[in-house]
Amino acid sequence: MSAAAPAAAGTFDCRDAYVRAVEELAEGDDRIVAVVNDSVGSSKLGKFRDRFPARLINVGIAEQNMVGVGAGLANGGKIPFVSAASCFLSARALEQIKADCAYSQQNVKLCGISSGVAYGELGATHHSIEDIAWLRAIDKLTVIVPADPWETAAAVKAAAGHDGPVYIRISRMPVPALPRPEGATFAIGKAETLRDGGDVAIIANGTLVHRALDAAAALAAEGIAARVINMASVSPIDAEAIAAAAATGAIVTAEEGLAAGGLGGAVAEYCAEHHPVRVKRLGFPGFLPTGSPSWLMERYGLTAEGIAAAARDLVTAKSL
Amino acid sequence: MMGNPDMVDVAASADRRDSLAARAEFVRERANWMRRRLLKMIVDAGQGHPGGDLSSADIVACLYFDILRIDPKVPAAPGRDRFVLSKGHCTGVLYTALAGRGFFPEAELDTYLKPESRLNGHPNRTYLPGIETNTGPLGHGLPVGVGVAVAGQIDEAGYRVFVLTGDGELQEGSMWEAAMFAGHRGLGNLTVIVDRNRLQQGARTEETNALEPLADKWRAFGWDVVEVDGHDHAALLAAFDDAAAARARPRVIIANTFKGQGVSFMRDQAGWHHGVPNAEQYAQAMAELEAEMSR
Ligand SMILES: Cc1ncc(C[n+]2csc(CCOP(=O)(O)OP(=O)(O)O)c2C)c(N)n1
Ligand SMILES: [Mg+2]
Repeated sequence: MSAAAPAAAGTFDCRDAYVRAVEELAEGDDRIVAVVNDSVGSSKLGKFRDRFPARLINVGIAEQNMVGVGAGLANGGKIPFVSAASCFLSARALEQIKADCAYSQQNVKLCGISSGVAYGELGATHHSIEDIAWLRAIDKLTVIVPADPWETAAAVKAAAGHDGPVYIRISRMPVPALPRPEGATFAIGKAETLRDGGDVAIIANGTLVHRALDAAAALAAEGIAARVINMASVSPIDAEAIAAAAATGAIVTAEEGLAAGGLGGAVAEYCAEHHPVRVKRLGFPGFLPTGSPSWLMERYGLTAEGIAAAARDLVTAKSL
Repeated sequence: MMGNPDMVDVAASADRRDSLAARAEFVRERANWMRRRLLKMIVDAGQGHPGGDLSSADIVACLYFDILRIDPKVPAAPGRDRFVLSKGHCTGVLYTALAGRGFFPEAELDTYLKPESRLNGHPNRTYLPGIETNTGPLGHGLPVGVGVAVAGQIDEAGYRVFVLTGDGELQEGSMWEAAMFAGHRGLGNLTVIVDRNRLQQGARTEETNALEPLADKWRAFGWDVVEVDGHDHAALLAAFDDAAAARARPRVIIANTFKGQGVSFMRDQAGWHHGVPNAEQYAQAMAELEAEMSR
């Protein structure tokens, strides 16, 4: 597919945008290296390996070592992009992320591949739905959940330009390219308001953003004006954007992760303290049954319909 | 002993009073059945890890259809032998073995990976009887197996603990933490089987993060080491039998295998770590396995 081709719904695997961005960065900066755990294929880094063989460091199936090695590479002046299935990267190497990357303030870019429930049928060990709750609790670690290929590439470049540890989710669940104004920019800590509306606000990130936009369109047809905020940057979070959302009097959060502790948790915490308002958090409840990614998303209401229904309920409750 | 591939004698297990050759022949048929049945599961589900399933089918068949003292009617009996699939992605061998031994109806294999199936893509002990611990992330099964063996040591229980690991899995540090502790505790009731197929997900182990000299590593950690052809049922059974003798050290059986064993185009190919044969490939695979059975 050429870059100019119009975006069809649900056609992009963000890993492609990710590897293109890393390769571009590597062309211009020889400090860029990739670190993997037998995950060259699942990270789509085969071409990177062929182009920059000396800069692909495969430690084998050893995630704790991988993240520690990443921190050491950063100490040695490299800019490591540590790329592994986000379930193993975030869960297995959690203490390395905390101590070696965040607490030590090493310049490591942690790329969690195939995040959320992309591994569907492989089960709870392979779902990465706790990662945002765990990682946003770590001080001085930037956490980003991009929504589409453009934002994935922009986040990767912003991470490379940011001096400090960053975790980025690299989704492989197909998503459309989001409609964006000419000259749109990405900044760590800054939310993107994709649609204005004063009746209810939907704060989403990752694969839920396009679903939130579809929900807002459906709500508009019923006369409900929904504001849609893409909160890619979970840590630091954009407090002003949450305040603006709270001003509508009702907030729905939606994410491909646990309903507790992640984006929804961050929004609810902020609102409880600064802008008390009803917040409905959409996400997964915990360990999930066997099922495909799309079946799981449907089953737990992480769809445009599910978001619209939650927003409708909150708007109705407001007028009671 | 060709039989209908979809029919299984519940609780069928070799009679250990038989000669080694007779036991090996019994297990050979079961392993062949497992290979055919797990390929059907993978084809039906459209997903799976055939490479590592096929490399370990002979090992798992020896355990489930001969060695393990387990009772599908009392799956949680305290004195049972334990089997831990540390390389949890190889559910094909585990589910077919459990169904073959009657832990759940064989027809349930058809639900593999379907919504809400008990047959998840990685084993879950809260879904199915006969599973000791939930694996999937590599490097977890051995520490848990060591814990079970320590409990058996404390209680002077007679059960044995068997842990099947991948060779790539041995790159995980947790495996060596557990190995060191098992050596320290002298866990004679513990047997590890390394499925030494020399391939991991993306490439050969020795090109990725070399394991050799592997036997020396285990020996240095206080283990008794035997190396066998992991597709030779008699050799495997003998290694398992011998390990039953009272020992003061844990034993590792390095089973030299081929990923994809039994299907010519999958054999020793990294590309079949995960994947699904198309209709033509499936037909060829089944024909090859049937021919092997009637040899
Ligand atoms: C902690 C962890 N990291 C990565 C993976 C992804 N993974 C699944 S199987 C596999 C390769 C395993 O190779 P090996 O242990 O040799 O198994 P086998 O060849 O028997 O299939 C990898 C890297 C995983 N399941 N768990
Ligand atoms: Mg292997």
